[in-house]
Amino acid sequence: MPAPAASGNRRTIALGAALVLLALFPLAGATFYTELVTKVMILAIFALSLDLLVGYSGLVSFGHAAFYGVGAYALGLLAPKYEAANLWLTLPAAIASAALCALVVGAFVVRVKGIYFIMVTLAFAQMFYFVFHDTRFGRGSDGISMNFKPVAAIGGFTPFDLANATHVYYFVLAAMLLVFLFLRVVLNSAFGRALQGIRSNEHRMRSLGFPVYWYKLASFTLAGALAGLAGYLSALQFGFVNPELLSWHQSGNVLLMLILGGIGSLYGAVAGAFVFVALQEIYSSVTTHWQLLLGATIVLLVVFLPGGLASIAGLFKRAVVGDPDDE
Amino acid sequence: MSDAILATRGLSRRFGGLMAVGDVALELHTGRLHAVLGPNGAGKTTLINLVSGDLAATAGSIRYKGADITRYSPDRRSRIGIGRSYQKTNIFPGFTAFENCRLAAQSRAPRVLHLLAAAAAYRPVREAAERALDAAGLAARGDRVASTLSHGEQRQLEIAMVLATAPEVLLLDEPLAGMGAEEAQRMVALLKTLAREHAILLVEHDMDAVFAVADVITVMVNGQVLESGAPAQIRASPAVRRAYLGEDELHAAADAGVTGRGDPT
Repeated sequence: MPAPAASGNRRTIALGAALVLLALFPLAGATFYTELVTKVMILAIFALSLDLLVGYSGLVSFGHAAFYGVGAYALGLLAPKYEAANLWLTLPAAIASAALCALVVGAFVVRVKGIYFIMVTLAFAQMFYFVFHDTRFGRGSDGISMNFKPVAAIGGFTPFDLANATHVYYFVLAAMLLVFLFLRVVLNSAFGRALQGIRSNEHRMRSLGFPVYWYKLASFTLAGALAGLAGYLSALQFGFVNPELLSWHQSGNVLLMLILGGIGSLYGAVAGAFVFVALQEIYSSVTTHWQLLLGATIVLLVVFLPGGLASIAGLFKRAVVGDPDDE
Repeated sequence: MSDAILATRGLSRRFGGLMAVGDVALELHTGRLHAVLGPNGAGKTTLINLVSGDLAATAGSIRYKGADITRYSPDRRSRIGIGRSYQKTNIFPGFTAFENCRLAAQSRAPRVLHLLAAAAAYRPVREAAERALDAAGLAARGDRVASTLSHGEQRQLEIAMVLATAPEVLLLDEPLAGMGAEEAQRMVALLKTLAREHAILLVEHDMDAVFAVADVITVMVNGQVLESGAPAQIRASPAVRRAYLGEDELHAAADAGVTGRGDPT
């Protein structure tokens, strides 16, 4: 709920500083890192989309990668073989496909709760995985390699070049910022407040007259659409798609990002993506058993910082002033 | 009696072999407060759950403004004007008291397509929430996070949330439970005010309060209606005394009667 003005200001300053850093980052020169941070920001969009479900609607989905994958495959399947796809056509198509899939899946899964919701979302995601893995339509386990990067041409005018890593970086940064701001506004809208009410006390929301099912379905669809956007950007960056994009590992990883960053915080979702990939990079440069270290880190974090990285500021505040607010 | 805003007929709910509510006929009228009394386990809360839609009836029907609403979902019943409060405080603990009411009022103006408009900026809903807080005596507590309110204040908030949905029928499940004397007094006054413009179904343990505010009283025992009528009639009913006051009092009354006759032959 409304944070005190001082902490709000501090947060705005921190956000501004982070944004300036991100905007200047490609100027440092190393293409490898520019591409790495691009990848992280795509994952941040993915994590933000899941946070709408887990953090604000109380829907813990373990199958969110399905919609990420659908967004990615939409580009892979729509891209013509001998010429470049148009960004302005394929991007909306990818988002719409992911939204449609989420709408259909959501119509079934938002009827169930808790552990059943987790299992049913996982089951649906596995179905999607095998559709792409085992059918001619999905082109099998090797996936699809695209011969050309999409072009951003509007008529004869091309504002940026998606074959250029720096341009892709800024395009993804803009997308992440837009998704972040969009979710912030949506969460403050009547719809967003109702979702948070459902997360807090679904039974009471129903008795106050809210058709809870439709709110959850709308949230699930919106989250799927945004995951589709992230998937599309991933396909755009790497130029190929394969079924692993939809695997349950991917669904698990994005949940871990949220846990690391702090569930129910948009800042946390972004921070979680950065920390997750950073840990992955650092540990895998040290040992081939990096997953063991990553797992241990996450366990420690959950034990000592259950609210994730986003709760650090709050912990300081509570230590200094004492904050009785529990939620 | 045909102008009842809400009427149940043969309303029943079975849990396995237990008939929690059996064959209950009730009529609620605007401007009247209908209280339901009964010992624990009499089926009073189940009755409210049936009318509010939290529980599905196994038999019988509920009519509201001429429509059969027996199969309506709880949210639909709320939207057509049947509001309820809960015996166990059922609020949004992490939200402010104001936001609890604002959210409740928002259900009347969903504006779900206004994805980009701040919910808190919408005047009609804000004002409805403020009126509800004010009516429940919480005007000064709007900024407090609900979980930090006192128990009595949470009970007031419980009522305020229902009022914020602008209901025509109020189903109130023990609104006085756990309230201090002063808070209870204020709540009784509020109930009297509300009874003027609403049809109220009140389940309450506090006998003094019930007899102070009720226009009609129904006494339930073991899920059945024992007696229904004006407070004076209920007060005088021997059947009610027997069931509600319990065996001990009955013996005491009988003993008193025997002694009164003064003839221990």
